[in-house]
Amino acid sequence: MHKILSKRKLSPNVTRLDVLAERIAAIRLPGQFVIVRRGEGAERIPLTIADSDAKAGSIALVIQAVGKSTRELVALEEGESIQDISGPLGRPTELIESGHALCVGGGVGTAVVHPIAQGLFRRGVRVTSVIGGRSKEWVIFEEELRRLGEVVVCTDDGSYGRKGFVTDAVKDLLAAGGVDVVYAIGPVPMMRAVAELTRPASLHTSVSLNPVMVDGTGMCGGCRVSIGGETKFACVDGPEFDGHQVDFDLLADRLSIYRPQEQKSLARHGEACLIGLEKPKGA
Amino acid sequence: MLFFRREGTITLSNKITAKERLQINRQRMPEQDATARAANFQEVNLGFGEQLAMLEAQRCLQCREAKCIAGCPVMVDIPRFINYVAEGNFAAAAENLLRDNALPAVTGRVCPQETQCEARCVRGQKGAPVAIGYLERFVADWARHNEGSIVTTHAPRMGRKIAIVGSGPAGLTAAGELVRVGHSVTIYEALHKPGGVLVYGIPEFRLPKKIVHDEVQRLKKTGVKIECNVIIGRTYTLQDLRQRFDAVFIANGAGLPVFMNVPGENLKGVYSANEYLTRVNLMEAYDFPKTDTPVLAGRRVATIGGGNVAMDAARTAKRVGAEQSSIGYRRTRAEMPARAEEIHHAEQEGIAFEFLVAPLEVLGNAQRWVTGLKCRRMRLGEPDESGRRSPVPIPGSEFVIECDLVIVAIGSRANPLLTATCPELKLNKWGNIEVDASGMTSLPGVFAGGDIVRGAATVILAMGDGKRAARTIDVYLKRG
Ligand SMILES: Cc1cc2nc3c(=O)[nH]c(=O)nc-3n(C[C@H](O)[C@H](O)[C@H](O)COP(=O)(O)OP(=O)(O)OC[C@H]3O[C@@H](n4cnc5c(N)ncnc54)[C@H](O)[C@@H]3O)c2cc1C
Ligand SMILES: Cc1cc2nc3c(=O)[nH]c(=O)nc-3n(C[C@H](O)[C@H](O)[C@H](O)COP(=O)(O)OP(=O)(O)OC[C@H]3O[C@@H](n4cnc5c(N)ncnc54)[C@H](O)[C@@H]3O)c2cc1C
Ligand code: SF4
Ligand code: SF4
Ligand code: FES
Repeated sequence: MHKILSKRKLSPNVTRLDVLAERIAAIRLPGQFVIVRRGEGAERIPLTIADSDAKAGSIALVIQAVGKSTRELVALEEGESIQDISGPLGRPTELIESGHALCVGGGVGTAVVHPIAQGLFRRGVRVTSVIGGRSKEWVIFEEELRRLGEVVVCTDDGSYGRKGFVTDAVKDLLAAGGVDVVYAIGPVPMMRAVAELTRPASLHTSVSLNPVMVDGTGMCGGCRVSIGGETKFACVDGPEFDGHQVDFDLLADRLSIYRPQEQKSLARHGEACLIGLEKPKGA
Repeated sequence: MLFFRREGTITLSNKITAKERLQINRQRMPEQDATARAANFQEVNLGFGEQLAMLEAQRCLQCREAKCIAGCPVMVDIPRFINYVAEGNFAAAAENLLRDNALPAVTGRVCPQETQCEARCVRGQKGAPVAIGYLERFVADWARHNEGSIVTTHAPRMGRKIAIVGSGPAGLTAAGELVRVGHSVTIYEALHKPGGVLVYGIPEFRLPKKIVHDEVQRLKKTGVKIECNVIIGRTYTLQDLRQRFDAVFIANGAGLPVFMNVPGENLKGVYSANEYLTRVNLMEAYDFPKTDTPVLAGRRVATIGGGNVAMDAARTAKRVGAEQSSIGYRRTRAEMPARAEEIHHAEQEGIAFEFLVAPLEVLGNAQRWVTGLKCRRMRLGEPDESGRRSPVPIPGSEFVIECDLVIVAIGSRANPLLTATCPELKLNKWGNIEVDASGMTSLPGVFAGGDIVRGAATVILAMGDGKRAARTIDVYLKRG
């Protein structure tokens, strides 16, 4: 049982839960995730460890409510518990030792890019973050990222920061030069677009893939992705891969496998429509 | 005549002659009707009643040199427990059986008896062997329902601590043996529920989860600690365990699915048997949407493989609603490694078999959903070094099995998650951990057994390894 120490709403559909998980808090590294099962009968779902507090023994989960499982998680209150949390899973991010890194976060992906920026900052790497959202209220983790370096905020409607997609800002920053590596995390189309921007210059671009997972230990093969034509299991070989090698079509396609079932599950949850909700990274 | 072959009206006597014993035919296992059961997840075999069990037990000739014992990997004293069953002394039968076998309710159901104990039974030379597995199951179930009447003893704790990685049959057996001689045991399990393949792989209709659950509870009562959601190699390293414990037993199984390596394998509608069975068994997808994890039901399901895993997948597919479920295997029925009973049950349930076929490609539509499996026919060629005739492709024999779901059940290998984080651990070329005759790995104080050492094998072999490791660990700790 993992007690929820605090709960905070970050944007209209993104919630942060700080949850007791001492062992994981003590050893987790940037890029790693946990698999969470709320209670009996619940799904096992992967969530990135957005931050941790080793002293308090807690990890931060930043959850975008997209379907039944995520909605039920964010419906939990402070003091309530999550039954199972296993991890830390996945390979830690390969962090550069020095230089200038561009950290690009779209939607809830911003929370996923945060621990990477944190890790880079601690090594003394210069970090520039480019983060985006639909409008001002959808921008998350700005303050946290500002502590680590420069931040460029983009909103689709121009209600805050720069108007337009994160990719426009990335293009300008790349043109200015001096970037050694890019870490891009967000919806599949965003990651794909960033990877295309950096491909001509062969600028290393790491992306974090989010296929459907079950065990998270390499046992089921459900999370398979194609990297440079080779099948890999994202939970153990990733979740971060070289963006220039990723078959994004396959990823997007496999993410749609359970769409009818997801709708059914959601209907049971009591809310028959998704209208007004942002698609998760990957959808 | 001392017996009538009808339950309820049998008169029994201990003092029956061999000739009389020989006159009794092997009793049939009562089972759920094939059509009914192909649509539910309740157990197929219903089990012997007391009378039927006693009658079957009387078939055993109580051989002085009981060959059957040598056929059992853990050397269960078969005639002894069977004799108690014949006498109707089930408590004594249970005490004796449990001394040799920690999980008889499991092995009685899933052991390949026809190649092990029953294969050696003298009664099999002329007619049918004694139904050792059914009797084992009977005694184990009796014991589960009459828990209070069986005496188990425990040595006082002596303060040595052992960590076990994995809660499958190898880990559970080792834990049971180690607490019995007084050690403190902690099992670390990666998944949220203990039991290994017994809970995530083997379906409810063959091995009710309640049995595994009860066994785990029994172990917990004896003091075994089980920590779920702990992945060794991630949450803790093997090195951490070596520092905190006096010995470690690695029993993390062979949970790495092997794929066919053919085009189209990442299309939507291709599952590894591991994923498919885990969704249905561990995550209870058969109860979706009451439970949260979905599984694709499929209308026409094609499973590739010939072992227990393939049978389980194909039969599960029927139960979650497939109209058609078939199995493609590259050799013939005679070479299929699955338990005879599972093949028989699968046939009864209407699973179609295609023998001598090998997959070439998974076909899909424009939306990248599976539409078929392109195969090639094979014939059996010359025997190879292992003596098995290997399949040879027949040129120009390509054909398509139309289906919307493909389940790959062609084996599993050692999962490298743990071993990759511990390079000092010696592995063989397939990634299995190497152990010496005593079960110890290349690292002192670290032992291993079950599928991680043998490659995908059987429950009883894993249990045998767990038992042996417990003994050597005990000796190792008392010496050191
Ligand atoms: C390594 C990894 C890390 C992740 N980290 C985070 C995180 O930090 N915060 C967060 O909010 N989400 C994260 N996700 C995604 C999260 O796991 C899914 O959103 C969640 O499983 C959806 O469950 P659901 O029942 O609420 O929705 P469902 O009903 O299962 O799905 C609803 C919608 O989400 C899509 N979807 C389903 N599964 C996934 C998935 N695995 N990834 C993306 N979309 C999916 C479906 O296509 C559908 O459109 C991560 C995924 C992975 C693989
Ligand atoms: C579908 C199916 C049907 C089968 N049918 C039969 C049958 O009818 N008869 C028969 O005799 N055999 C059968 N087998 C084979 C049999 O189940 C296995 O040989 C046996 O379970 C092996 O036992 P084990 O204890 O070595 O490993 P497992 O049962 O595989 O258990 C290993 C456990 O370790 C855990 N683990 C793995 N890695 C880690 C880690 N890093 N840290 C912590 N925990 C970890 C796993 O989650 C798992 O719970 C079947 C197998 C399958 C898959
Ligand atoms: S454990 Fe298996 S092989 Fe041994 S006697 Fe029992 S059923 Fe037969
Ligand atoms: S070989 Fe057969 S008949 Fe003889 S003791 Fe064993 S089970 Fe009984
Ligand atoms: S989630 Fe099962 S192998 Fe990755």
